[in-house]
Amino acid sequence: MSRKTFWTISKVIFFILSLTPFLLLLYGVITDQLGANPIETLHFSLGDWALRFLCLGLAITPLKKITAIKELIRFRRMTGLFAFFYASLHFLVYIGLDLSFSLEQFIDEVPKSPYIIVGLFTYSLLIPLALTSTKGMQKRLGRQWQQLHKLVYLAAISAVVHYLWLVKLDLTEPLIYAALVFLLLGFRVIEPVFRKKYRAN
Amino acid sequence: MIIKTLSEIKSSEITKETHFKNRRKLIKAAAASTAGLLLPDISQAAKAYINVPIGKYSATLGVTDFEDAANYTNYYEFTTNKTDSTVLARGLKTTPWSVTIEGEAEKTGTFQLEDILKNNLLEERIYRFRCVEAWSMVVPWIGFSLGKMLKQFKPTSKAKYVEFTTLYDPDIMIGQRSKVLHWPYVEGLRMDEAMHPLAFMATGMYDDILPNQNGAPLRLVVPWKYGFKSIKAIVKIRFTEKMPLTAWNRSAPNEYGFYANVNPNVSHPRWSQSRERILGASIFTPKRQTEIFNGYGAHVAKLYAGMNLSKSI
Repeated sequence: MSRKTFWTISKVIFFILSLTPFLLLLYGVITDQLGANPIETLHFSLGDWALRFLCLGLAITPLKKITAIKELIRFRRMTGLFAFFYASLHFLVYIGLDLSFSLEQFIDEVPKSPYIIVGLFTYSLLIPLALTSTKGMQKRLGRQWQQLHKLVYLAAISAVVHYLWLVKLDLTEPLIYAALVFLLLGFRVIEPVFRKKYRAN
Repeated sequence: MIIKTLSEIKSSEITKETHFKNRRKLIKAAAASTAGLLLPDISQAAKAYINVPIGKYSATLGVTDFEDAANYTNYYEFTTNKTDSTVLARGLKTTPWSVTIEGEAEKTGTFQLEDILKNNLLEERIYRFRCVEAWSMVVPWIGFSLGKMLKQFKPTSKAKYVEFTTLYDPDIMIGQRSKVLHWPYVEGLRMDEAMHPLAFMATGMYDDILPNQNGAPLRLVVPWKYGFKSIKAIVKIRFTEKMPLTAWNRSAPNEYGFYANVNPNVSHPRWSQSRERILGASIFTPKRQTEIFNGYGAHVAKLYAGMNLSKSI
Protein backbone atom coordinates (compact mmCIF):
# COMPACT_ATOMS: atom_id res chain seq x y z
CA MET A 1 0.00 0.00 0.00
CA SER A 2 1.35 3.37 -0.95
CA ARG A 3 1.65 6.05 1.66
CA LYS A 4 -1.05 8.04 -0.07
CA THR A 5 -3.60 5.20 -0.09
CA PHE A 6 -2.82 4.51 3.57
CA TRP A 7 -3.72 8.04 4.58
CA THR A 8 -6.81 8.14 2.35
CA ILE A 9 -8.13 4.94 3.94
CA SER A 10 -7.28 6.31 7.40
CA LYS A 11 -9.31 9.40 6.65
CA VAL A 12 -12.33 7.36 5.57
CA ILE A 13 -12.11 5.24 8.74
CA PHE A 14 -11.75 8.36 10.86
CA PHE A 15 -14.84 9.86 9.20
CA ILE A 16 -16.94 6.77 9.91
CA LEU A 17 -15.72 6.58 13.51
CA SER A 18 -16.48 10.26 14.04
CA LEU A 19 -19.99 9.84 12.73
CA THR A 20 -20.70 6.78 14.90
CA PRO A 21 -21.83 8.65 18.06
CA PHE A 22 -24.36 10.51 15.93
CA LEU A 23 -25.65 7.28 14.35
CA LEU A 24 -25.93 5.61 17.76
CA LEU A 25 -27.91 8.55 19.13
CA LEU A 26 -30.15 8.54 16.08
CA TYR A 27 -30.76 4.83 16.61
CA GLY A 28 -31.54 5.57 20.26
CA VAL A 29 -34.12 8.18 19.25
CA ILE A 30 -35.81 5.91 16.73
CA THR A 31 -36.00 2.92 19.06
CA ASP A 32 -36.83 5.02 22.14
CA GLN A 33 -33.82 3.83 24.11
CA LEU A 34 -32.53 7.12 25.45
CA GLY A 35 -34.05 6.66 28.91
CA ALA A 36 -36.54 8.65 30.94
CA ASN A 37 -35.28 12.02 29.75
CA PRO A 38 -34.28 11.54 26.10
CA ILE A 39 -33.80 15.24 25.37
CA GLU A 40 -31.31 15.51 28.19
CA THR A 41 -29.49 12.38 27.03
CA LEU A 42 -29.26 13.77 23.49
CA HIS A 43 -28.30 17.23 24.62
CA PHE A 44 -25.56 16.15 27.04
CA SER A 45 -24.17 13.51 24.74
CA LEU A 46 -23.94 15.90 21.77
CA GLY A 47 -22.29 18.50 23.98
CA ASP A 48 -19.76 15.95 25.19
CA TRP A 49 -18.87 14.97 21.63
CA ALA A 50 -18.53 18.59 20.52
CA LEU A 51 -16.06 19.16 23.35
CA ARG A 52 -14.19 15.92 22.63
CA PHE A 53 -13.71 16.86 18.97
CA LEU A 54 -12.66 20.35 19.95
CA CYS A 55 -9.97 18.86 22.21
CA LEU A 56 -8.96 16.34 19.56
CA GLY A 57 -8.63 19.16 17.02
CA LEU A 58 -6.38 21.05 19.41
CA ALA A 59 -4.30 17.92 19.96
CA ILE A 60 -3.40 17.47 16.30
CA THR A 61 -0.70 20.11 16.03
CA PRO A 62 1.06 19.01 19.25
CA LEU A 63 0.86 15.37 18.13
CA LYS A 64 2.26 16.25 14.75
CA LYS A 65 5.16 18.09 16.35
CA ILE A 66 5.90 15.35 18.87
CA THR A 67 5.63 12.42 16.47
CA ALA A 68 6.90 14.27 13.38
CA ILE A 69 4.13 12.63 11.32
CA LYS A 70 3.22 15.51 9.08
CA GLU A 71 0.16 13.79 7.56
CA LEU A 72 -1.68 14.21 10.87
CA ILE A 73 -2.45 17.77 9.87
CA ARG A 74 -4.77 16.39 7.18
CA PHE A 75 -7.17 15.34 9.91
CA ARG A 76 -7.45 18.79 11.42
CA ARG A 77 -10.18 20.20 9.19
CA MET A 78 -12.38 17.13 9.53
CA THR A 79 -11.96 17.06 13.30
CA GLY A 80 -12.85 20.73 13.55
CA LEU A 81 -15.87 20.27 11.33
CA PHE A 82 -17.06 17.35 13.44
CA ALA A 83 -16.73 19.55 16.53
CA PHE A 84 -18.92 22.09 14.71
CA PHE A 85 -21.35 19.35 13.60
CA TYR A 86 -21.87 18.08 17.15
CA ALA A 87 -22.00 21.62 18.56
CA SER A 88 -24.66 22.51 15.96
CA LEU A 89 -26.78 19.50 16.90
CA HIS A 90 -26.26 20.31 20.59
CA PHE A 91 -27.50 23.86 19.89
CA LEU A 92 -30.41 22.61 17.75
CA VAL A 93 -31.57 20.17 20.41
CA TYR A 94 -31.62 23.02 22.93
CA ILE A 95 -33.47 25.45 20.69
CA GLY A 96 -35.74 22.99 18.92
CA LEU A 97 -36.48 20.24 21.42
CA ASP A 98 -35.80 21.73 24.84
CA LEU A 99 -37.33 25.12 24.04
CA SER A 100 -39.67 23.84 21.27
CA PHE A 101 -38.51 26.79 19.08
CA SER A 102 -40.34 29.12 21.46
CA LEU A 103 -38.96 32.66 21.51
CA GLU A 104 -40.90 33.28 24.72
CA GLN A 105 -39.09 30.43 26.45
CA PHE A 106 -35.76 31.54 25.02
CA ILE A 107 -36.23 35.04 26.42
CA ASP A 108 -37.37 33.64 29.77
CA GLU A 109 -34.67 31.00 30.22
CA VAL A 110 -31.47 32.30 28.67
CA PRO A 111 -30.95 35.41 30.83
CA LYS A 112 -31.48 33.24 33.92
CA SER A 113 -28.74 30.83 32.90
CA PRO A 114 -25.22 32.24 32.67
CA TYR A 115 -23.93 28.89 31.43
CA ILE A 116 -26.31 28.97 28.46
CA ILE A 117 -25.07 32.45 27.55
CA VAL A 118 -21.51 31.11 27.62
CA GLY A 119 -22.63 28.14 25.50
CA LEU A 120 -24.19 30.40 22.89
CA PHE A 121 -21.05 32.53 22.89
CA THR A 122 -18.93 29.41 22.32
CA TYR A 123 -21.09 28.35 19.41
CA SER A 124 -20.94 31.81 17.85
CA LEU A 125 -17.12 31.53 17.87
CA LEU A 126 -17.27 28.25 15.97
CA ILE A 127 -19.46 29.56 13.14
CA PRO A 128 -16.83 31.75 11.38
CA LEU A 129 -14.30 28.96 11.76
CA ALA A 130 -16.58 26.44 10.06
CA LEU A 131 -17.46 28.93 7.30
CA THR A 132 -13.80 29.60 6.52
CA SER A 133 -12.70 26.00 6.76
CA THR A 134 -12.48 25.36 3.01
CA LYS A 135 -9.17 25.28 1.15
CA GLY A 136 -10.33 28.19 -0.96
CA MET A 137 -11.01 30.36 2.07
CA GLN A 138 -7.73 29.32 3.60
CA LYS A 139 -5.85 30.53 0.52
CA ARG A 140 -7.89 33.70 0.12
CA LEU A 141 -7.43 34.77 3.74
CA GLY A 142 -3.77 33.78 3.97
CA ARG A 143 -2.21 35.12 7.13
CA GLN A 144 -5.57 36.37 8.39
CA TRP A 145 -6.84 32.79 8.29
CA GLN A 146 -4.23 31.77 10.85
CA GLN A 147 -5.20 34.69 13.04
CA LEU A 148 -8.93 34.00 12.72
CA HIS A 149 -8.57 30.34 13.55
CA LYS A 150 -6.87 31.16 16.82
CA LEU A 151 -10.45 31.77 17.98
CA VAL A 152 -10.62 28.04 18.58
CA TYR A 153 -8.44 28.55 21.69
CA LEU A 154 -11.03 30.89 23.13
CA ALA A 155 -13.83 28.52 22.10
CA ALA A 156 -12.20 25.64 23.95
CA ILE A 157 -11.86 27.71 27.11
CA SER A 158 -15.43 28.98 26.99
CA ALA A 159 -16.75 25.49 26.23
CA VAL A 160 -15.15 24.26 29.44
CA VAL A 161 -16.53 27.22 31.39
CA HIS A 162 -19.98 26.41 29.95
CA TYR A 163 -19.66 22.85 31.24
CA LEU A 164 -18.25 23.76 34.65
CA TRP A 165 -21.00 26.28 35.26
CA LEU A 166 -23.93 23.98 34.60
CA VAL A 167 -22.90 21.09 36.85
CA LYS A 168 -24.77 20.88 40.14
CA LEU A 169 -21.99 19.57 42.36
CA ASP A 170 -19.80 16.87 40.91
CA LEU A 171 -17.16 18.75 38.91
CA THR A 172 -15.01 15.73 38.05
CA GLU A 173 -15.80 15.50 34.34
CA PRO A 174 -15.63 19.19 33.43
CA LEU A 175 -12.39 19.44 35.40
CA ILE A 176 -10.88 16.64 33.30
CA TYR A 177 -11.68 18.66 30.17
CA ALA A 178 -10.35 21.81 31.82
CA ALA A 179 -7.04 20.05 32.52
CA LEU A 180 -6.89 18.73 28.96
CA VAL A 181 -7.52 22.15 27.42
CA PHE A 182 -4.96 23.65 29.79
CA LEU A 183 -2.36 21.13 28.61
CA LEU A 184 -3.18 21.59 24.92
CA LEU A 185 -3.03 25.36 25.10
CA GLY A 186 -0.03 25.23 27.42
CA PHE A 187 1.87 23.23 24.82
CA ARG A 188 1.48 26.10 22.38
CA VAL A 189 3.04 28.52 24.86
CA ILE A 190 5.90 26.28 25.94
CA GLU A 191 6.81 24.59 22.68
CA PRO A 192 8.21 27.70 20.88
CA VAL A 193 10.39 28.44 23.92
CA PHE A 194 11.84 24.92 23.82
CA ARG A 195 12.30 25.09 20.08
CA LYS A 196 14.31 28.31 20.39
CA LYS A 197 16.53 26.79 23.05
CA TYR A 198 17.03 23.70 20.98
CA ARG A 199 18.04 25.77 17.98
CA ALA A 200 20.37 27.94 20.06
CA ASN A 201 22.12 24.84 21.30
CA MET B 1 -60.33 13.10 45.62
CA ILE B 2 -58.97 15.20 42.84
CA ILE B 3 -56.97 18.19 43.87
CA LYS B 4 -58.70 21.27 42.52
CA THR B 5 -55.62 23.10 41.33
CA LEU B 6 -54.76 20.12 39.23
CA SER B 7 -57.93 20.43 37.19
CA GLU B 8 -55.97 22.73 34.91
CA ILE B 9 -54.17 19.70 33.58
CA LYS B 10 -55.54 19.15 30.14
CA SER B 11 -56.98 15.76 29.42
CA SER B 12 -54.85 15.78 26.27
CA GLU B 13 -51.77 15.70 28.46
CA ILE B 14 -52.96 12.49 30.06
CA THR B 15 -53.97 10.94 26.78
CA LYS B 16 -50.55 11.65 25.39
CA GLU B 17 -48.93 9.89 28.31
CA THR B 18 -50.97 6.75 27.65
CA HIS B 19 -49.98 7.01 24.05
CA PHE B 20 -46.29 6.99 24.99
CA LYS B 21 -46.78 4.00 27.20
CA ASN B 22 -48.50 2.13 24.42
CA ARG B 23 -45.76 3.11 22.06
CA ARG B 24 -43.13 1.79 24.44
CA LYS B 25 -45.09 -1.42 24.92
CA LEU B 26 -45.41 -1.77 21.16
CA ILE B 27 -41.68 -1.41 20.77
CA LYS B 28 -41.04 -3.91 23.56
CA ALA B 29 -43.58 -6.34 22.12
CA ALA B 30 -41.99 -5.97 18.71
CA ALA B 31 -38.56 -6.63 20.16
CA ALA B 32 -39.81 -9.67 22.07
CA SER B 33 -41.55 -11.21 19.10
CA THR B 34 -38.55 -10.62 16.88
CA ALA B 35 -36.45 -12.50 19.38
CA GLY B 36 -39.03 -15.25 19.13
CA LEU B 37 -39.77 -15.51 22.81
CA LEU B 38 -42.53 -14.04 24.91
CA LEU B 39 -41.66 -14.21 28.58
CA PRO B 40 -44.58 -14.86 30.93
CA ASP B 41 -45.60 -11.84 32.98
CA ILE B 42 -44.83 -12.86 36.54
CA SER B 43 -44.40 -9.28 37.76
CA GLN B 44 -48.00 -8.88 38.93
CA ALA B 45 -48.01 -11.92 41.20
CA ALA B 46 -44.81 -10.98 43.00
CA LYS B 47 -45.92 -7.48 44.01
CA ALA B 48 -46.12 -6.73 47.71
CA TYR B 49 -48.82 -4.09 47.88
CA ILE B 50 -51.53 -4.91 45.36
CA ASN B 51 -54.54 -4.26 47.59
CA VAL B 52 -53.55 -0.98 49.18
CA PRO B 53 -56.44 1.52 49.06
CA ILE B 54 -55.99 4.83 47.26
CA GLY B 55 -55.83 7.58 49.85
CA LYS B 56 -56.92 11.19 49.93
CA TYR B 57 -55.14 13.82 47.82
CA SER B 58 -54.37 11.44 45.02
CA ALA B 59 -54.65 13.14 41.68
CA THR B 60 -55.98 11.36 38.64
CA LEU B 61 -52.93 12.07 36.55
CA GLY B 62 -51.13 10.17 33.89
CA VAL B 63 -48.70 8.09 35.91
CA THR B 64 -45.07 7.94 34.79
CA ASP B 65 -43.85 4.57 33.51
CA PHE B 66 -42.30 2.52 36.31
CA GLU B 67 -39.17 2.04 34.21
CA ASP B 68 -38.68 5.78 33.98
CA ALA B 69 -39.36 6.49 37.66
CA ALA B 70 -37.06 3.66 38.72
CA ASN B 71 -34.15 4.35 36.39
CA TYR B 72 -33.72 8.07 36.65
CA THR B 73 -32.85 8.79 40.26
CA ASN B 74 -30.64 11.25 42.06
CA TYR B 75 -29.00 9.18 44.75
CA TYR B 76 -25.63 10.79 45.40
CA GLU B 77 -24.94 8.27 48.19
CA PHE B 78 -24.19 5.88 45.33
CA THR B 79 -23.35 8.03 42.31
CA THR B 80 -24.20 11.32 40.65
CA ASN B 81 -25.31 9.34 37.58
CA LYS B 82 -29.09 8.90 37.44
CA THR B 83 -29.14 5.48 35.81
CA ASP B 84 -26.08 3.84 37.39
CA SER B 85 -27.77 4.25 40.79
CA THR B 86 -30.15 1.41 39.88
CA VAL B 87 -27.34 -1.13 39.80
CA LEU B 88 -25.15 0.39 42.52
CA ALA B 89 -28.00 0.53 45.06
CA ARG B 90 -28.69 -3.19 44.73
CA GLY B 91 -26.11 -3.95 47.40
CA LEU B 92 -28.00 -2.06 50.07
CA LYS B 93 -29.51 -4.38 52.70
CA THR B 94 -32.91 -3.02 53.70
CA THR B 95 -33.90 -5.75 56.19
CA PRO B 96 -33.61 -5.63 59.10
CA TRP B 97 -33.97 -1.86 59.31
CA SER B 98 -34.37 0.33 62.34
CA VAL B 99 -35.12 3.98 62.82
CA THR B 100 -33.84 5.99 65.77
CA ILE B 101 -36.11 8.65 67.22
CA GLU B 102 -34.28 11.41 69.08
CA GLY B 103 -34.72 14.86 70.55
CA GLU B 104 -37.75 16.75 71.77
CA ALA B 105 -40.20 13.89 72.12
CA GLU B 106 -41.50 11.71 74.95
CA LYS B 107 -41.05 8.43 73.14
CA THR B 108 -37.50 8.20 71.87
CA GLY B 109 -35.29 5.22 71.10
CA THR B 110 -34.60 2.80 68.30
CA PHE B 111 -37.54 1.10 66.62
CA GLN B 112 -37.68 -1.72 64.13
CA LEU B 113 -39.21 -0.66 60.82
CA GLU B 114 -41.70 -3.52 60.93
CA ASP B 115 -43.00 -2.25 64.29
CA ILE B 116 -43.42 1.24 62.85
CA LEU B 117 -45.28 -0.26 59.89
CA LYS B 118 -47.65 -2.15 62.22
CA ASN B 119 -48.83 1.11 63.72
CA ASN B 120 -49.42 2.92 60.44
CA LEU B 121 -52.10 2.19 57.90
CA LEU B 122 -50.78 1.86 54.38
CA GLU B 123 -52.39 3.78 51.53
CA GLU B 124 -51.53 4.78 47.99
CA ARG B 125 -50.95 8.41 47.04
CA ILE B 126 -50.48 9.44 43.45
CA TYR B 127 -48.34 12.53 43.68
CA ARG B 128 -46.58 14.77 41.28
CA PHE B 129 -42.81 14.93 41.90
CA ARG B 130 -40.81 17.96 40.73
CA CYS B 131 -37.02 17.95 40.84
CA VAL B 132 -35.01 21.14 41.31
CA GLU B 133 -33.32 20.20 38.01
CA ALA B 134 -36.60 21.02 36.22
CA TRP B 135 -37.92 17.56 35.43
CA SER B 136 -41.05 15.98 36.84
CA MET B 137 -42.94 12.74 37.13
CA VAL B 138 -46.13 11.34 38.66
CA VAL B 139 -45.58 8.50 41.09
CA PRO B 140 -48.06 6.17 42.84
CA TRP B 141 -46.42 5.93 46.26
CA ILE B 142 -47.37 3.41 48.94
CA GLY B 143 -46.90 4.51 52.53
CA PHE B 144 -48.49 6.38 55.38
CA SER B 145 -49.08 9.87 56.71
CA LEU B 146 -45.89 11.40 58.12
CA GLY B 147 -47.79 13.48 60.68
CA LYS B 148 -49.71 10.53 62.12
CA MET B 149 -46.51 8.58 62.45
CA LEU B 150 -44.64 11.43 64.15
CA LYS B 151 -47.44 11.95 66.67
CA GLN B 152 -46.93 8.41 67.96
CA PHE B 153 -43.58 9.54 69.37
CA LYS B 154 -45.29 12.38 71.28
CA PRO B 155 -43.16 15.39 70.27
CA THR B 156 -43.00 18.01 73.04
CA SER B 157 -43.85 21.70 72.71
CA LYS B 158 -40.13 22.35 72.15
CA ALA B 159 -40.22 20.40 68.88
CA LYS B 160 -40.29 23.13 66.24
CA TYR B 161 -38.61 21.18 63.48
CA VAL B 162 -38.06 17.59 62.51
CA GLU B 163 -34.75 16.42 61.07
CA PHE B 164 -34.27 13.27 58.97
CA THR B 165 -30.97 11.47 58.37
CA THR B 166 -30.04 8.94 55.69
CA LEU B 167 -27.96 5.85 56.39
CA TYR B 168 -24.19 6.43 56.39
CA ASP B 169 -22.39 3.35 55.11
CA PRO B 170 -19.57 4.19 52.68
CA ASP B 171 -18.75 0.49 52.25
CA ILE B 172 -22.03 0.03 50.40
CA MET B 173 -22.96 3.61 49.58
CA ILE B 174 -19.83 4.21 47.57
CA GLY B 175 -20.81 7.74 46.62
CA GLN B 176 -20.29 8.67 50.27
CA ARG B 177 -16.56 8.09 49.79
CA SER B 178 -16.37 11.28 47.74
CA LYS B 179 -17.09 14.66 49.23
CA VAL B 180 -19.69 15.94 46.78
CA LEU B 181 -22.04 16.52 49.73
CA HIS B 182 -21.51 16.45 53.48
CA TRP B 183 -22.50 12.95 54.64
CA PRO B 184 -24.80 11.65 55.98
CA TYR B 185 -27.54 13.40 54.02
CA VAL B 186 -29.80 15.45 56.26
CA GLU B 187 -33.18 16.94 55.49
CA GLY B 188 -35.76 18.69 57.58
CA LEU B 189 -39.23 20.18 57.83
CA ARG B 190 -40.86 22.72 60.04
CA MET B 191 -43.22 20.93 62.46
CA ASP B 192 -46.36 22.31 60.81
CA GLU B 193 -45.09 21.17 57.40
CA ALA B 194 -44.36 17.70 58.74
CA MET B 195 -47.83 17.52 60.30
CA HIS B 196 -49.54 18.51 57.07
CA PRO B 197 -51.66 15.64 55.74
CA LEU B 198 -49.94 15.80 52.33
CA ALA B 199 -46.54 14.96 53.86
CA PHE B 200 -45.98 11.27 53.35
CA MET B 201 -43.63 8.45 54.31
CA ALA B 202 -43.23 5.92 51.53
CA THR B 203 -42.23 2.29 51.76
CA GLY B 204 -43.39 1.35 48.30
CA MET B 205 -44.36 2.52 44.83
CA TYR B 206 -46.21 1.03 41.87
CA ASP B 207 -47.91 -1.61 44.10
CA ASP B 208 -44.58 -2.96 45.27
CA ILE B 209 -41.88 -2.24 47.83
CA LEU B 210 -39.57 0.65 46.95
CA PRO B 211 -36.69 -0.24 44.66
CA ASN B 212 -33.44 0.45 46.51
CA GLN B 213 -32.53 3.33 44.20
CA ASN B 214 -35.85 5.02 44.98
CA GLY B 215 -35.06 5.17 48.70
CA ALA B 216 -35.91 1.79 50.20
CA PRO B 217 -36.93 0.88 52.76
CA LEU B 218 -38.26 4.20 54.03
CA ARG B 219 -38.28 7.61 52.38
CA LEU B 220 -39.99 10.93 52.73
CA VAL B 221 -42.31 12.37 50.06
CA VAL B 222 -43.15 16.07 50.25
CA PRO B 223 -44.95 16.71 46.95
CA TRP B 224 -45.03 20.52 47.11
CA LYS B 225 -41.27 20.79 47.58
CA TYR B 226 -38.36 20.07 45.25
CA GLY B 227 -37.38 16.41 45.16
CA PHE B 228 -34.18 16.75 47.19
CA LYS B 229 -36.32 17.38 50.30
CA SER B 230 -37.75 13.86 49.94
CA ILE B 231 -34.87 12.13 51.73
CA LYS B 232 -34.19 8.44 51.16
CA ALA B 233 -33.22 5.43 53.33
CA ILE B 234 -34.06 7.17 56.61
CA VAL B 235 -32.35 5.84 59.76
CA LYS B 236 -32.90 8.74 62.15
CA ILE B 237 -35.65 11.21 62.95
CA ARG B 238 -34.86 13.97 65.43
CA PHE B 239 -37.24 16.57 66.85
CA THR B 240 -35.44 19.86 67.35
CA GLU B 241 -35.98 23.41 68.49
CA LYS B 242 -33.62 24.84 65.87
CA MET B 243 -33.88 24.72 62.10
CA PRO B 244 -31.82 21.73 60.89
CA LEU B 245 -28.84 22.36 58.62
CA THR B 246 -29.88 20.38 55.56
CA ALA B 247 -27.42 18.77 53.12
CA TRP B 248 -27.96 20.87 50.00
CA ASN B 249 -28.47 24.05 51.97
CA ARG B 250 -25.15 23.41 53.67
CA SER B 251 -23.27 22.80 50.42
CA ALA B 252 -24.72 25.71 48.40
CA PRO B 253 -26.83 28.02 50.60
CA ASN B 254 -27.43 30.58 47.85
CA GLU B 255 -28.84 27.90 45.53
CA TYR B 256 -30.78 25.60 47.85
CA GLY B 257 -32.76 26.88 50.80
CA PHE B 258 -34.35 25.10 53.74
CA TYR B 259 -37.88 25.46 52.38
CA ALA B 260 -37.30 24.50 48.72
CA ASN B 261 -40.97 24.94 47.85
CA VAL B 262 -41.67 24.46 44.15
CA ASN B 263 -42.00 27.97 42.75
CA PRO B 264 -41.94 28.85 39.04
CA ASN B 265 -41.46 32.52 39.90
CA VAL B 266 -38.20 32.08 41.76
CA SER B 267 -35.37 30.93 39.51
CA HIS B 268 -32.49 28.84 40.62
CA PRO B 269 -29.43 31.15 40.42
CA ARG B 270 -28.30 29.23 37.33
CA TRP B 271 -31.52 28.20 35.62
CA SER B 272 -35.21 28.98 35.23
CA GLN B 273 -37.78 27.07 37.27
CA SER B 274 -40.78 28.18 35.23
CA ARG B 275 -41.08 24.96 33.24
CA GLU B 276 -40.44 21.26 33.69
CA ARG B 277 -39.59 18.33 31.45
CA ILE B 278 -42.01 15.40 31.90
CA LEU B 279 -40.14 12.12 32.32
CA GLY B 280 -41.03 9.55 29.69
CA ALA B 281 -42.40 12.12 27.27
CA SER B 282 -41.34 11.98 23.65
CA ILE B 283 -38.63 14.31 22.43
CA PHE B 284 -41.23 16.52 20.70
CA THR B 285 -43.33 17.16 23.81
CA PRO B 286 -42.88 20.73 25.02
CA LYS B 287 -42.06 21.32 28.66
CA ARG B 288 -45.02 21.94 30.95
CA GLN B 289 -45.56 25.06 32.99
CA THR B 290 -44.51 24.53 36.61
CA GLU B 291 -47.19 25.35 39.17
CA ILE B 292 -46.60 27.11 42.46
CA PHE B 293 -46.24 24.57 45.29
CA ASN B 294 -46.24 22.01 42.46
CA GLY B 295 -50.02 22.38 42.14
CA TYR B 296 -50.72 21.80 45.84
CA GLY B 297 -51.08 25.48 46.70
CA ALA B 298 -54.72 25.20 47.76
CA HIS B 299 -53.58 22.87 50.52
CA VAL B 300 -50.23 24.22 51.62
CA ALA B 301 -49.99 27.93 50.70
CA LYS B 302 -51.41 28.86 54.11
CA LEU B 303 -48.34 27.36 55.81
CA TYR B 304 -46.29 30.18 54.33
CA ALA B 305 -48.69 33.10 54.81
CA GLY B 306 -46.75 36.32 55.37
CA MET B 307 -43.44 34.81 54.28
CA ASN B 308 -41.44 36.28 51.43
CA LEU B 309 -41.22 33.29 49.11
CA SER B 310 -38.42 34.76 47.02
CA LYS B 311 -36.28 35.22 50.16
CA SER B 312 -37.17 32.04 52.06
CA ILE B 313 -36.14 29.72 49.27
